[in-house]
Amino acid sequence: MIFEGKAHTYGRDVDTDVIIPARYLTTNDPDELAKHAMEDIDAEFVARVRPGDVIVAGENFGCGSSREHAPVAIRASGVAVVVAASFARIFYRNAINTGLPIVVCADAVTDAENGDVMRVDLSAGTVENVTKGKTYRSEAFPPFMQELIDRGGLLEYVKSRVGGEGA
Amino acid sequence: MGSTITEKILARASGLDEVKPGQIIEARVDLVLANDITAPLGIAEFEKAGFSKVFDPARIALVPDHFTPNKDIKAAGQAKKVREFARKHQIVNYFEVGRVGIEHVLLPDAGMVAPGDVVIGADSHTCTYGAVAAFSTGVGSTDFAAAMAWGHVWLRVPETFKFVYSGTPSPWVTGKDLMLHTIGLIGVDGALYQAMEFTGPAIEALSMDERFSMCNMAIEAGGKSGIVGFDEKTTRYLQSRPDGSRARTAGQVFASDRDAEYSRVLEIDAAAVQPTVSKPHLPSNTAAAADCADITVDQVVIGSCTNGRLHDLHQAASILAGRKVHPDVRCIILPGTQDVCLEAIADGTMQTLIEAGCAFSTPTCGACLGGHMGVLAEGERAVATTNRNFVGRMGHTGSEVYLASPYVAAASAIAGHIATPEEVGAAKGGSR
Repeated sequence: MIFEGKAHTYGRDVDTDVIIPARYLTTNDPDELAKHAMEDIDAEFVARVRPGDVIVAGENFGCGSSREHAPVAIRASGVAVVVAASFARIFYRNAINTGLPIVVCADAVTDAENGDVMRVDLSAGTVENVTKGKTYRSEAFPPFMQELIDRGGLLEYVKSRVGGEGA
Repeated sequence: MGSTITEKILARASGLDEVKPGQIIEARVDLVLANDITAPLGIAEFEKAGFSKVFDPARIALVPDHFTPNKDIKAAGQAKKVREFARKHQIVNYFEVGRVGIEHVLLPDAGMVAPGDVVIGADSHTCTYGAVAAFSTGVGSTDFAAAMAWGHVWLRVPETFKFVYSGTPSPWVTGKDLMLHTIGLIGVDGALYQAMEFTGPAIEALSMDERFSMCNMAIEAGGKSGIVGFDEKTTRYLQSRPDGSRARTAGQVFASDRDAEYSRVLEIDAAAVQPTVSKPHLPSNTAAAADCADITVDQVVIGSCTNGRLHDLHQAASILAGRKVHPDVRCIILPGTQDVCLEAIADGTMQTLIEAGCAFSTPTCGACLGGHMGVLAEGERAVATTNRNFVGRMGHTGSEVYLASPYVAAASAIAGHIATPEEVGAAKGGSR
């Protein structure tokens, strides 16, 4: 899968409280949540973001609360993929589980500037900064994570494990 | 090579003789929990996937504690979804307003966690239960949904980061101060993906309530879990849980082997730790409380899943007894559970705090995450015994939160600025 869009760059330790503030957690409707994505770190984000855009951020993206509303809001806002130097662990699980593509690629993060055109090729494992003419290798998912993604997500996997009992 | 306590618990839960860091396992879960924010999304995923029954209605806890008593109509709608699901699936441990408490105080206090258990919860502070020598970790709503159907969770076995606290902390230094200090040393991702194992004489000397506070904040260093080894204090705590509860009747005690392998060992001299605050906007942004006397305060919050236990209220009351909250300060108490309230009434703690000018809340996460019961306006500043001080955490993005212990929070409420107990003339010793 290949995504191409403009970079929205942020620093390290972007927490889930700024990705989707708690005051909006009285719903789990993706479109409602998307209206407030990144609101407390970047009030203009929702007006600026275009389908296919890329969030590029430093270490520990998604730290803090376990709210799955965070990857849901980002995905519903139109963002195609998040590239970060590292991800906080609950956000990492939640992104995989909700189908938000994420990529670990510290070098791409270091070089990227706001508005750069980024091209992310998930299958090839590359992140290209089209504006700067540079290509980077992203970290591959561990085999089990790749299997979950290939099977269509955690719940599909669990359905195959639970069989006829609960499904 | 031996194993850590965390590796032994995870090996037991996955039916293996031993496990190693990095290994992916499928662990049987002893308890699965979610709250009124995370459960509705999990329930929607559970139903969308076509699951018709939960793996065990007695091993799921639904705790509507965040926006309850319902703060507005939308929150009421979410709480209703949780209630209806609980009825439909006959969830044994659904806690209605009036019985509900803050999940990470309520569930261990109700005896629902035993040593050696594996607990996952759709709340990041699920790591709290490591204080009873269990493995517990936070996950999202979809993982919660999956575990409700499957009774298992996939986990990557974490490396263990060992902390050894030597020495005797000074009188006003609590487990909260040790933890804030630790996060200040290693950073908010200093223990990313790792189990934090808290050991040493200073940990052995801590009350159970302070051990809960420390494990609670493992997530604030990026940790997957926090854990304290089993000892006589753990036994006493577990034996005073309700008759017939899991804490009294189940569990398996594990301990780290002497030759267990750690990703890192950090020795910390607890005697050198001062009453500590975390300045805005990261828990790792620590400073000595004594160096922050120029910081004025509009609101003080004492309580939450981090510091809402009886011992925490005793510490606050020991400072506030016979004194008054500063006229410019709103001091809000967020007790962990209804039982904490009853005990605080019975022993006079609640009267002391109310006479000092504190407002007593019902048990709720409310103010901690800027939900209700103490939201900050632009330009306002709080000292809170909660766990996070991110931008906008307690309200307006232009507000600020300083994290602190109950002692420092209470002293600051009196002084109207960040203060140590000594500064407000509290007698040495406090409540231990």
